[in-house]
Amino acid sequence: MAKITYIEFDGTEHVLDVKPGLTVMEGAVKNNVPGIDADCGGACACATCHVYVDDAWADRTGEKSAMEESMLDFAENVEPTSRLSCQIKVSDALDGLVVRLPENQH
Amino acid sequence: MSEAVVSDPKAKVVIVGAGHAGGSAAAFLRQYGHEGPIVMIGEEPLLPYQRPPLSKAWLKGEADADSLALKPQEWYAEANVALRLEGVATSLNRGDRTVSLASGEVISYDFLILATGARARELPIPGADLSGVLALRTAADAEALKAALGPGKRLAVVGGGYVGLEAAASARALGAEATVIERESRVLARVACETLSTFFQDYHGARGVKFELNANVEAFEGADGHVTGVRLKGGEVVACDAALVGVGAHANVELAQDAGLECAGGIVVDLEARTSDPRVFAIGDVAHRPLPLYERQFRLESVPNALEQAKQAAAAIVGRAGPAPEVPWFWSDQYDLKLQIAGLPFDADSTIVRGDVAAAKFAVFHLKGDLVQAVEAVNAPPEFMAGKQLIAKRTPVSKTKLSDPAISMKEVAA
Ligand SMILES: Cc1cc2nc3c(=O)[nH]c(=O)nc-3n(C[C@H](O)[C@H](O)[C@H](O)COP(=O)(O)OP(=O)(O)OC[C@H]3O[C@@H](n4cnc5c(N)ncnc54)[C@H](O)[C@@H]3O)c2cc1C
Ligand code: FES
Repeated sequence: MAKITYIEFDGTEHVLDVKPGLTVMEGAVKNNVPGIDADCGGACACATCHVYVDDAWADRTGEKSAMEESMLDFAENVEPTSRLSCQIKVSDALDGLVVRLPENQH
Repeated sequence: MSEAVVSDPKAKVVIVGAGHAGGSAAAFLRQYGHEGPIVMIGEEPLLPYQRPPLSKAWLKGEADADSLALKPQEWYAEANVALRLEGVATSLNRGDRTVSLASGEVISYDFLILATGARARELPIPGADLSGVLALRTAADAEALKAALGPGKRLAVVGGGYVGLEAAASARALGAEATVIERESRVLARVACETLSTFFQDYHGARGVKFELNANVEAFEGADGHVTGVRLKGGEVVACDAALVGVGAHANVELAQDAGLECAGGIVVDLEARTSDPRVFAIGDVAHRPLPLYERQFRLESVPNALEQAKQAAAAIVGRAGPAPEVPWFWSDQYDLKLQIAGLPFDADSTIVRGDVAAAKFAVFHLKGDLVQAVEAVNAPPEFMAGKQLIAKRTPVSKTKLSDPAISMKEVAA
């Protein structure tokens, strides 16, 4: 299990144990964390699973695919640390990961 | 109804239909702080799950059953959502505010959410009851289809819509042969423009899928109770080991209709997803909903629609502001193609193709004057995302800029 902290825009924290193999998006959705809608269920087609990954974790969360890059390019409130959480696979190496949620996903 | 219906975060909510919309409504109610009891009645034996992968990743063996479930079993207990799986609601009594189940149980409600979805349309032709004549709506359907696919197997797909084409692509990935039989002169005839139809047909054709267009299916032929072929008008037979019928869906409106709720092919609702009875909501595939952007009522069959309406109903019940209005959208995955569609091409008077169709990277924009009504994007996320924003904002665009892929979508949309 990897411990992942999801911080809502209003500061509410959700500390969850997420099974390796799931995505960071699935960890949130299966636990009903508000603010990650994931309309497309992880198909990289909707950009409603947008999160900010703390810089310290940038290397371990992997590279963005061209598809993810171009979806994010048009999402709202995008920052250099923005990721689509359905494109980050959870592994033991992500134990302790902290992600922040944007104000809205649409 | 003369009685004023107020929102009430302590009310008892009963949800009929434990699919994508119903399951999401329970989740949003709890996210929004609803404290009252929630009971969810679902005919299928499974917890609410996602259907899109049934014709895509799951069918190809790239996703497991757990990943399809919206929420794990524990969540329902933790969130105090009582489940009646394999429970069928048979009637509503709006006067008493109760739902009756086939089991004999009668459940009372303060608010009712109808999320009964749609069912696959059947073909009323000889042989339709042969084994191997399949539909694709439920996980059980998908199991049966998957079992029928594999190297050397032949699948006939009756109906060239998204589900049919996705199943054909998945069948090819599993080494099976696939023939798509379509009544119209092109695939996706009801749901996509001609450029897209031609493109998809060619792409499938190049990957070994055969097509029978302008074809009327007369009967399923069989031997020993199992399908062996699909007979077309004119006598030709498409030989197969399984036939998938994907010819659209009927909204499950019967409960609502029998209870006297207003229906028009779907259950008629307003922008809060409320039916003609203020205590009853209808969401997802079963709802005939307003589309303010297009000044129409329409029934949509998509996950984003189910989620938007689940939020509308949950917000109205707990008494918080509804979600921001969304542009209807949809996606489909076939082979290495990602299709994303935003908007609906209502009232469009021109189309613009941007990008390179031959390179499988392009978008078709549908315009009404200089307003974008819809965009169909193949492997073109910027066109989809910017197009969706243009549709929402109703900003006029320059057609010259839009047709020139050298000008970025950022600039077009600026
Ligand atoms: C193979 C397939 C692929 C798809 N792909 C996509 C896609 O790529 N993108 C997309 O956006 N959408 C896709 N869709 C559509 C999407 O899955 C639906 O829009 C969505 O499931 C609608 O949710 P719903 O809850 O309204 O209906 P459903 O998910 O159908 O759920 C309704 C549930 O209610 C139950 N029910 C009905 N009547 C009763 C009753 N009287 N008592 C108790 N229970 C009852 C049914 O058994 C069912 O479980 C696809 C659908 C299919 C079948
Ligand atoms: S869930 Fe849709 S892009 Fe991540």
